[in-house]
Amino acid sequence: MSIFTPEVIAIIWAVAKALIVLFGVVICAAFLSFVERRLLALWQDRYGPNRAGPFGLLQLPADMIKMFFKEDWTPPFVDKLTFWLAPAIAMSGLLLSFAIVPVIPGWVAADLDIGLLFFFAMAGLAVYAVMFGGWSSNNKYALLGGVRATAQTVSYEVFMGLSLMGVVVITGSFNMTDIVNAQKGCWFVFPQFLGFLTFATAGIAVTHRSPFDAPEAEQDLAAGYHTEYSGLKWGMFFVGEYIGVVLISSLITVLFFGGWLPPFEWSVFDYVPAFFWFATKTAFFIMMFILIRAALPRPRYDQIMDFGWRICLPVTLVNLVATAAVVLLLNPSAA
Amino acid sequence: MGTAIAFYFAAAIAVIASVRVITNTNPVHALLYLVVSLLAVAMIFFALGAPFAAALEMIVYAGAIMVLFVFVVMILNLGAVIDEQERKWLTPRAWIGPSFLSLALLGELLYTIKPNLETFIEITKVGPKEVGIALFGPYVLAVELASMLLLAAMVSAWHLGRDADKDDKENKHA
Repeated sequence: MSIFTPEVIAIIWAVAKALIVLFGVVICAAFLSFVERRLLALWQDRYGPNRAGPFGLLQLPADMIKMFFKEDWTPPFVDKLTFWLAPAIAMSGLLLSFAIVPVIPGWVAADLDIGLLFFFAMAGLAVYAVMFGGWSSNNKYALLGGVRATAQTVSYEVFMGLSLMGVVVITGSFNMTDIVNAQKGCWFVFPQFLGFLTFATAGIAVTHRSPFDAPEAEQDLAAGYHTEYSGLKWGMFFVGEYIGVVLISSLITVLFFGGWLPPFEWSVFDYVPAFFWFATKTAFFIMMFILIRAALPRPRYDQIMDFGWRICLPVTLVNLVATAAVVLLLNPSAA
Repeated sequence: MGTAIAFYFAAAIAVIASVRVITNTNPVHALLYLVVSLLAVAMIFFALGAPFAAALEMIVYAGAIMVLFVFVVMILNLGAVIDEQERKWLTPRAWIGPSFLSLALLGELLYTIKPNLETFIEITKVGPKEVGIALFGPYVLAVELASMLLLAAMVSAWHLGRDADKDDKENKHA
């Protein structure tokens, strides 16, 4: 009797798939730190980091060596428990959400029925990273950054959930694989264009990327909630932000742009691997994240809050009600 | 069997975390334990076949309400002084009496509901659709009452948050 029964092999294979997705995401996120600097530089008519290795490709290992050997200083006045917990939450919170992202058919770490809700739960918990980071540092700039980040994230999460409900109404399921399969023939970006716009806005705000980076605005708050962090702990905040970028980009791909599905049902596309479509679309939205950072100035903090509550929230509510009405009109048996 | 293990494991974490919420002297650490306790309760829902309730528990309680709690504590800046004060107040003389009495009550409760280890909870999976139909069917009155309450909260939030300076200027013109 061998221990490698079909069930055990299935479990090992599932764990292996989850690990491959995990490492793929972390490596992509770390590599983005180089890609972002290089792209920003090219758009601004500079070269960016191009010294280490061919085209500067070895910049990432160089940065990592620097970060690992830098002193990981814990100031004596901080609250140690939360100070150490915050970077771990920053990195793991959004990373866990990748469990529900279907990369290609069958390649999803956890094919949950409540898939999308799991993402909302993890995004909700990720707020604690900036809160604890800001509070535990015992520093007024960090605290202000933490307060700003919390208010902004909580406000934008409200309509981030609502913006995706249109997709859920059309599909009739929270399951991510069902959502992709429902987009055969017509990507959800067409019937759910408002949902796409508001989700993309909320995604940028929740990962506090520029132009929604008021929590870490260097002009008024030093470095915001991670002012007191250095070395590896700061690196975890840094990589956590890029994981957020990859996650939001892949969610936009899966929810609105058909995930692994090809753009047209041409027979030539049968020979293109499904992963190619997923990766290309995700890479495109990551590029858009960086381009938005390069192109837009940072609005004032009260303008950010106004925009969220007065424009985005009503738009998502109208979108949800209108979508539900249309679905019921076309298919009264769905009630 | 697997469900029972998952239930007792999550329940043990919930109980330990809840005890630490009460005994912790640092307000933010206490709230952190409360978040852990709520996550354990979500896990219990999950193990009992209510994934939708589990997700809502995490999103609404752990992800939104507790965030507001921590937010308020952050703004009040309850630091080392409160920690010191709490430590002074949390003396055995203060908590032994009430704890003993409530332990006696707990014993009585356990005796009355004497767990029957032969029967297991029957698991029926309750998805989002069933919850929605229940909310807008038999419980629609409760939903309407909750929405009235939220409307009152919204009106008062708007009243507190309005721009007082702007109102004054408009009154002068009138």
